Amino acid sequence: EALVLNDPEFQHEDLNFLSRSQRYEVAIRKSALMVMKLREYGIADPDEIYWFKRMCLGSCVEPLGLHFSMFTNALQNQCTVTQQDKWLPLTYGLQIIGTYAQTEMGHGTHLRGLETTATYDPATQEFILNSPTVTSIKWWPGGLGKTSNYAIVLAQLYTQGQCKGLHAFIVPIRQMGTHEPLPGITVGDIGPKFGYDEMDNGYLKMDNFRIPRENMLMKYAKVEPDGTYVKPLSDKLTYGTMVFIRSLIVGDSARSLCRACTIAIRYSSVRHQSELTPGEPEPQILDYQTQQYKLFPLLATAYAFHCVGAYMKKTYHRITGDINQGNLRELPELHALSAGLKAFTSWTANAGIEECRMACGGHGYSRCSGLPDIYVTFTPSCTYEGENTVMMLQTARFLVKSYTQVSSGQLVSGMVSYLNDLSGQRIQPQQVAARPTAVLINDPASLVEAYKLRASRLVEAAAKNLQAELTRRKSQEDSWNRTSVDLVRASEAHCHYVVVKLFTAQLSEINDAAVHAVMSNLCLLYALYGISKHTGDFLQAGILTNAQVTQVYQRVKELLAAIRPNAVALVDAFDFHDNHLGSVLGRYDGNIYENMFEWAKKSPLNKTEVHESFHKHLKPMQAKL
Amino acid sequence: MAQWNRSGYFRSSVSRDVNPDLKAERRTASFSVERLTAVLDGGADNTRTRRAMEAVIHRDPVFSREKQYFQSQNERYEAAVRKAVRLKEKMLQRGWTENRPETKYFYRALGGDVAFNVHRVFKNSILALGTDEQIAKWIPLAEKYHIIGTYAQTELGHGTFLRGLETTATFDTSTQEFTLNTPRISAMKWWPGDLGRSATHAVVFAQLYVKGECYGLHPFIVQIRSLRDHLPAPGVTVGDIGPKMNFEHIDNGYLMLQSVTIPRENMLGRFSQVLPDGTYVKRGSDKINYLTMIVTRVEMLWVEVIPALQKACTISVRYSVVRRQSKLNPGEAEAKILDYQTQQQKLLPLLATAYALHFMNAYVNKFYSKGYTEIREGNFDSLPELHALTSGLKAIITDYCTAGAEVCLRACGGHGYSALSGLPFLYTKVAASCTYEGDNTVLFLQTARYLVKCLAAVHAGQPTPPSVAYLSLTNSGKCWVRTEADLLKPDIYAEAYRRRASRLLSTAAAKLQALIQSGAEEYVAWNRCTVQLVQAAKAHCQYIIVKNFIDTVEKLTNEAEIQKIMKHLCDLFALHGIFSNTGDFLHDGYISGDQMDLVTASYLDLLAVIRSDAVPLVDAFDFTDENLNSALGSYDGHVYQRLYEWAQKSPTNQQVSRAYESYLKPLFQGALSKL
Repeated sequence: EALVLNDPEFQHEDLNFLSRSQRYEVAIRKSALMVMKLREYGIADPDEIYWFKRMCLGSCVEPLGLHFSMFTNALQNQCTVTQQDKWLPLTYGLQIIGTYAQTEMGHGTHLRGLETTATYDPATQEFILNSPTVTSIKWWPGGLGKTSNYAIVLAQLYTQGQCKGLHAFIVPIRQMGTHEPLPGITVGDIGPKFGYDEMDNGYLKMDNFRIPRENMLMKYAKVEPDGTYVKPLSDKLTYGTMVFIRSLIVGDSARSLCRACTIAIRYSSVRHQSELTPGEPEPQILDYQTQQYKLFPLLATAYAFHCVGAYMKKTYHRITGDINQGNLRELPELHALSAGLKAFTSWTANAGIEECRMACGGHGYSRCSGLPDIYVTFTPSCTYEGENTVMMLQTARFLVKSYTQVSSGQLVSGMVSYLNDLSGQRIQPQQVAARPTAVLINDPASLVEAYKLRASRLVEAAAKNLQAELTRRKSQEDSWNRTSVDLVRASEAHCHYVVVKLFTAQLSEINDAAVHAVMSNLCLLYALYGISKHTGDFLQAGILTNAQVTQVYQRVKELLAAIRPNAVALVDAFDFHDNHLGSVLGRYDGNIYENMFEWAKKSPLNKTEVHESFHKHLKPMQAKL
Repeated sequence: MAQWNRSGYFRSSVSRDVNPDLKAERRTASFSVERLTAVLDGGADNTRTRRAMEAVIHRDPVFSREKQYFQSQNERYEAAVRKAVRLKEKMLQRGWTENRPETKYFYRALGGDVAFNVHRVFKNSILALGTDEQIAKWIPLAEKYHIIGTYAQTELGHGTFLRGLETTATFDTSTQEFTLNTPRISAMKWWPGDLGRSATHAVVFAQLYVKGECYGLHPFIVQIRSLRDHLPAPGVTVGDIGPKMNFEHIDNGYLMLQSVTIPRENMLGRFSQVLPDGTYVKRGSDKINYLTMIVTRVEMLWVEVIPALQKACTISVRYSVVRRQSKLNPGEAEAKILDYQTQQQKLLPLLATAYALHFMNAYVNKFYSKGYTEIREGNFDSLPELHALTSGLKAIITDYCTAGAEVCLRACGGHGYSALSGLPFLYTKVAASCTYEGDNTVLFLQTARYLVKCLAAVHAGQPTPPSVAYLSLTNSGKCWVRTEADLLKPDIYAEAYRRRASRLLSTAAAKLQALIQSGAEEYVAWNRCTVQLVQAAKAHCQYIIVKNFIDTVEKLTNEAEIQKIMKHLCDLFALHGIFSNTGDFLHDGYISGDQMDLVTASYLDLLAVIRSDAVPLVDAFDFTDENLNSALGSYDGHVYQRLYEWAQKSPTNQQVSRAYESYLKPLFQGALSKL
C-alpha cells in the first residue's frame, strides 16, 4: 500500500470535479501506469496483485478490467493449445486489449435469444459476422467503446445452413497503430450512466465482417474447414466460472457495505444534533435509538456477508479440486446456492448503502461523502452477471427439485438437508405449536433452527402451490410463472437461513474472548433483526408466539445499546485507508467540517469568483426589467 | 424486433408509428385514458390549460433538455440560469403569475432543471415574516430580479435542530446596526440553493444578541454580493459546495460572515423587533412560522416528489411491454417482461402507490387551503393537526417515491442504469427529498408526538380532530374474512389498517408511560421508544392513505369504468401493504394465518387483473416525451433506436480522447520492450 501512496504519479484531481472524458483519461492513465509498475516491481502473486490494484485504482473502475478478467480467462479456458500459443502472448504483452461482448441491446440474461450471427463460408474458410437488427447491437461491454482493439464476440453459429447455437469468436475491431475502427465495424461509447463514469461501456455493430476460421474458440466445439460442426462434450464445466464470479460479487457486497457503514458510523459519532437531555450539549447522533436502528443491523449484515464471501471462496477452491478429479457431485448445489446468495447479498447491500447515505442526512447527498459513488458503482451488480430475480428463481428451481426428491423418498444432502425432515415430521401447525418454547431468542444456534423451519415452510408452500397450478393448467412454464413470487420468497428464506448459519458457525472459530463477545452480539442482532423484519413468516408458521415476537423487538433494542460503545472500533477493524474510502465524512481523523470546506473550494463552479452566467444572462436581464 | 431499414443502415430519426407491442396494450384499455387524465387534473378544463402551457414551454428551444445528460456541472448551472431568465420573460409576455395554480403546470413542463427556486422561498419568507414596509421595499426588487435572494438557514454542523444554529447577529445601539458573524467553521451556512453563484441577498437566520443577552433565532436580510460587479460584499465568503448526487443545476452554496453589518431595519420584523434603544419586542404569535414550512412541504410533494414516481412508473411499465426476454411457452416468441409475475410484483404495486399518493396529495391540498385561510385569520386551531399530518405524509410519501423510483430503475435491468433511461436522474433527484425540508425520521417522530398527545386526550375523554378520531373506536373482535372475495371489501382492509395503527400507537405509548413511571426521565424514555414510535407514525400515515383512496374511489360514481379500475388499484395498494407487513397484521391475532394466505392469493390475482390496463394507466399521467426525457419510456416505444441515436450524441463519441495517444500507445510499446 505504501508503495502506491507515496508515488506521486498516482495522484490526480478529485474525480468528482472532472467530466466523463477526463475521468476516462485518468482511469486509462492509472491502468497503464499500474501495469508498468506491476512489471517493474515484479509483483506476480494474485493476492498481491489484488492489493496492489486496489491501492492504485482506489474506488475507481478500470477500463482494462475486462481485458484482465473475462477476455484473458476466455482465451485461457476456451482456446486450443495452438490458439493459446498465438493469442496469449499478445494478450499478456497488451498488444491486444480485449473485451467480452455478450450482451446485446435487446437481450441480456436469456442467452439463447442473442441475435448476432456468425455464418461460415467454406469457400474462403471465414466466418461472416453480422448484427442483423438494432436489437442485436452488442451493448454494455466494458472497455469496448474506446479502449479495446479486440473483442471476444458471442454469436449464433450458422454452418451448412443450420444454426448451431451460441459460440465465441475472436474479432479484431480497431486498426493496430491508428486505433481507428476497422471497415465493417461500428463501435462507440454508450453514453453517460448512473455511475462507472470512467468506464467506456460500448456498442458494437458488425456488417459482413469476415474473420478466419481459426478465430473461433475451439477447445470444445469445432467447425472443420469443410463446415462440419463438431459438438462439445459437457457444459456443466462452465458452472465453475459462474460460481467463481458470483462469489466475487458476494465479496463485493460485503466490502461495499463495510465501506458505507464505516463512513456512516464515523460521521454519526462526529455529528451532533438536537438535545437528548435539556440543557446539555447536543449529543452525537449515534446516541439516538433511531440512528442505531438504521446503522447497527447493517453493520451486523456487513460482518455476516463477510463470512458468506469467505465461505464461498473456500468452497469454490475445495470443489475445484474435486472437479479436476472428475467429481461433479457438489457442483449443482453450489451453483444453485451461489445464484441465490449473489442476489440475496447484493439486494441487501444495495439497500443498505442507500440507508447509510440517508442516515448521513443532507451531507450524505454531497459527493464529498463518497456514498453516492459507492452506491452507483455497486447497484449494477443487482442486474449484471445474472439479474437477481432470475438468480433467485434458479435457486428456487433447485429447492423445488430437492423437495420433490425428498417427497419421493430420497434423501438430499448439503445446505438443503433440512428438507429431509419434512417427510418424517410434516410441518403442521399443531405439531409446531408445541415447538415455540424450543426457540431461545438469546441462542444463535436456536435461531438457526428457527430460520431453518421458516425456510422449510416456505419451500414447501411454494412447491405445493406450484403443484396445484400444474394440476390446474397444462403448461409447466405458465405454472412456474404463476408461482414465481412464492418461489422467490422461498429462495430468500433459504439464503437467509444459510447466512445466519454461516455467521453462527463463524463464532466458534473466534478464540479471543472480547472479540467473541462482540461478534456474538452482532450475530444475534443479525438474526433477531431479520426475524423482526419478517415476523409474519415466523408467526404464520407457528415458529414463534406473539409474546416471543414482542421479546424479539425488545431484545433488538437492547443489543443496539450493547453494540453502541464498540461501533467505531467495529468499523475501524475493516481497516480501510482514507484513500480507498474516498470520503470526507468518513475520514479516520474525523475532521470533517474543515475538510468539507477545503473540498468545496475546488468545485468547478468556484473556478472564478463571478460565474460567467452572471455576465451572460443575469446582467442583461436585470437591465431589461 | 426492429429490422434495419432498406439502406441496410439505421440512421433515420425515430419513425412516427408506435411500436406494435405498445399499440396492442393500448387497444385493450378498459377505460378512457383521456377521461382518467381529466380526473387526475381535476377537470378537463385543467387538462386543456396544462397542455397549452406545456406546449409553450416545449416549443422554445431554450427549455430543451436534450443535452441534459451530457452536461457538466457548469453547463447545467448555466442552462438553469438561462431557463429561469427566459421563464421570467415568458411569464411577463403571457401574463402568467407565480401564485396561481397554473404555476405548477409550467414547473411540471420544465421538468425541474431551472434556477432560482430558492429565490421564491426568499420572497415567501419576506411576505410571511416581514412588516408591511419591508414587503413594500424588498418584494418589487425581487419580482424584477434586480436582486436575487436565497434562504440561509442550514449550517455545516446543524440541520433540523434550529436552536443549535450558531450564526450570531449582535445589535449595537450606537450605530443602530446588527453585526453578523460566523463564529466557527461548523456555523458556516451550507446547502442553501442559489447561494453559491447567483444570489445577491439572503435571508439569514442567526441568534440575536442584544446587550449581552441571547433572544434566539431571527431572520435578517443580508446583502452578500455587489449589485454592480457581483463580487462578494466585504466580510462575505461565498461559494458553491461542490458536486452532489444530482441538483447539479443548482449552486447550493456556503456562506461565511465576518463582521458584516446591516441596518436595524433589515431584521424581518412582523413578529419581533429590536427598537432603536435595544429593547426587544415580541408581538403576535410566531406559530405562523410553521406555516412557511408547511407550505414548502406541501408544494414539494406535487412539484417534485409524486411526479417522480409517476414518471418512473411510466418509463418502466412502457419499457416492460417492449422488452422481451426468454420464453414463457416453448415455441412462442420471447415474452414481454411485464408478463412475468415477478416483474408485475415489482411495478404494479408502485403504479397503485402512484395513484394513491396523487389522491392523497389532492386531499392534503384541500385540507391545507382551508387551514391556511383560518390561520391567516388568526384561528390557529387546525395548525397542530395540519402540521402533524403534513410532517408524516411528507416523510412517508418521499420514502415511497424514492424507494419506488429505485425499484423502477432496477426493474429495467441494465438499460435502467444508463443515464439515457432517465431513471438515474429521477431517482437521484427524488432521493434528496428524504432529507431536505426535514429529515424523515425526525418528521415521523413529530407526527408520533402529536399522536401520543391525541391518544392521551382520547383516554381523558376529550374530543379529537377528524384525522385521529379513529383512535377512540374500540378494538375488539377478529377479522371475519372467509374467502378471497371478502378481502376485496374496502371496509375489511380499512379496518385491518386501522387496528394495526391503533395497536402500534397504544403499544408504543404504553411503553413510554411504563418507562416514565419506572423513574426514567421523559426524554430518556422517549429516545428508548423512538423505533416503535416511528413504526406507529408510519402505520398511521398508511391508514390515512388507504382510507383516502377508498373515499376517492367511492366518489367516482359518474365514471363507472374508471371507478372500476381505480377500485382494483385501491385493493392492490391495500393488500400489497398487508402482504409486505404480514407480521404487523398477524401479531395480535386480528388476522389469522389462513386469512393471510387468502391475502396473498388475492393480491397475486389482482396483479394479473391490473396487468392488462397497465399501459393505459401510465398513459393517463399524460407526461410528454420531453417531460420524461427517457430513451426507454417514450410514448411510441421505439426504445432501441432511441438508445442508439442518443448514445451517438455522447461527448465521449464526439470529442477526441487523448487516452489512446497519450497512454494506451506507450503502454503497448513499454510493455513490448520489457518482453
